[in-house]
This record gives sequence, C-alpha cells and structure tokens, in this order.
Amino acid sequence: MSAKNWPLWEIFVRSKNGLEHRHCGSLHAADSDMALENARDVYTRRNEGVSIWVVESKHITASNPENNGELFEPAQDKVYRHPTFYDLPDEVKHM
Amino acid sequence: MKNENLYNYILGIADNSLILGQRMGELCGHGPSLETDIACTNISLDLFGQVRSYFQYASKIAGDGRSEDDIAMLRKEREYKNVLLVEQPNTDFAYTLGRQFLFDVYHLAFLKELQKSTDLTLSAIANKCVKEVSYHERFSSDWVKRLGDGTEESKQKMQDAINDLWAYTDELFHQTDADKVMVIEGIGVDVTKLKDSYYKEVSQVLEEATLQVPESKYFQKGGKQGIHTEHLGYLLNDLQYMQRTYPNMEW
Repeated sequence: MSAKNWPLWEIFVRSKNGLEHRHCGSLHAADSDMALENARDVYTRRNEGVSIWVVESKHITASNPENNGELFEPAQDKVYRHPTFYDLPDEVKHM
Repeated sequence: MKNENLYNYILGIADNSLILGQRMGELCGHGPSLETDIACTNISLDLFGQVRSYFQYASKIAGDGRSEDDIAMLRKEREYKNVLLVEQPNTDFAYTLGRQFLFDVYHLAFLKELQKSTDLTLSAIANKCVKEVSYHERFSSDWVKRLGDGTEESKQKMQDAINDLWAYTDELFHQTDADKVMVIEGIGVDVTKLKDSYYKEVSQVLEEATLQVPESKYFQKGGKQGIHTEHLGYLLNDLQYMQRTYPNMEW
C-alpha cells in the first residue's frame, strides 16, 4: 500500500467556535479515520483548529470554469445585492 | 549532589523521551508519506518539549551550573538511562510504529501515575504531557492495527517488528535504586504495578490487529543502568555532533 494509491481528502478546519469550517487544503489517507489524524498533524499543529471535517475529494462536484461567464458574470453589475447601503454595528463580526 | 536520587530519577524519565524523540526526528524528510512524515516529527517535537521541562528541572536540582543543554548533549553513552526499547533503530515503518506503540502504552500509564506525584514540578509536567502522549498512543496503536490487519506483507512486517521488540518490553518495569527511593518518598511511580495492565492492553491491540502476542520470556535489560545496545552510540553521535564539534554553540 503506497501513498500513491491512497485517495485524496479535502480538509476543513474550524478555527474557533462560532466560525464556519474553512477549506484549508487536501491530503492523502487510506480512510476517513486516517484522514482525520493526518489533518490534525498537517493542518492544526500550530493551534489552528477546534474541529476538523474531512471529505473525500471525489464526493465534491465542482463548477466548470468554462461556464464562469454564465454562472458568475450576471452578478457583477448587481451592486444592490451587496450589503453596502447600511452600516454594520461593530458587534457583528465575521460578516 | 544533595538530591541525587531525584536527579537520577528525572533523567531516567527524560532520557526515554529524548532518545525516542531523536529516533522519530530521524524520519524528518524521510517518512513514507508527507502526512506520516509530519506525524512522526510532531511526535518527536512533543517528546523534545517534554525533555526540556524535565532537564530544566534536573539542571536546577543538580545546581552545579550545568544547563538543560549540557545534560541533554554532553553526557557519555553509559550515563544515559533510557530503556533499550527506545534506542532501537527505524528498521522499517513497522519497527518505527511498533516501537512507538510498545513505548506509548507504557508512557501513558506511567504519566497518569506521575500526575499523582508529591513533587509538584513532576506532576505538573505529567499533566501537560499526558494529553500529548494520549494522542501518540492512539496514533501508534491505530497504525499497528492497520498494518497488522492490512495486507499479507504488512502483517508479516508488523509481526516481525513486534516479535523483535518484545524482548525490550520487560525492562520498562524494572526499578533502579533511585526509583525505589522515589517510590517510598511518594515522588516516583511504582512501575512494577503497571506491568499486568500493560501486557493486557498491548495484547488487546495486537489481537485486534490480528497479530500473535509473542510468548517469548527472554528479555533484554541494562538501559536503565547505562548498559546499552550497539545502536545508542551511533544515535548519540548524531545528537551530540554539533555541541561536540562547536562547544557552547547556540542558535
């Protein structure tokens, strides 16, 4: 069993309670248990996290970059969809 | 030295972590995969962190001007008191993880007892280490199960490693003279009492790993008295090279 044959996993780390899990990278592992252990060692060794999710990369369906025009450009000129027309209170963090 | 027994007792604990830490550190850049490479060197760093706490304390007790670095780097082979198990080489990944596993099960049980020490510094160090070592034990026993219950080849390699390393397990439960005094004073851990549960726990993992529990009753000893296997000299040569070649260097 070499690392070459191990499937790829996407790693999501929550840096502190109240924040969402963020994608932080990917790694190889034989199964989800090993992926969690590897993620702990690779991505949280400097105290970055309080929770880890691992997802096998093959389960992620990604949008096709060729479709970027129709998917994303229509949103560019709709400035009124951004919350820029009112002030956020300082107490609201992480928006 | 006034507290010679305590000093020797601390060295007996710390040298295990120092030598095993050096062994795991040898894998830096040489692990079988990026992920296991980082995992092994993380364990190494944990162990070196523990060593610093112990040697800082030992340096204070010795009170003769020797620093933690002097104690770590400038002793001769016979003055190291680690068990023979931790100095065994990284023959292959199964040996590396088998050695780690056989030590971790002991190490965790030992630290849990050391937390109750009447010596507040030692119990504080044990409190800090116990979480790290819990993870080490989980990591290494997971790998023993994976390799044991893996392919025909990985099973054979894991079994070979356990069979070879088995001879070094009994020494974990031997007491030195300093150990005995420390147990009486409530400072030290009575390792003889850890033996039964150790072999029970190790056997459980081995059975889960579909491996044979070795039946051999032939055991090696001597590390705690400074009588080491041929491997330690080479290890110390690496470990001490910089301090021996450039005395008092710092970076």
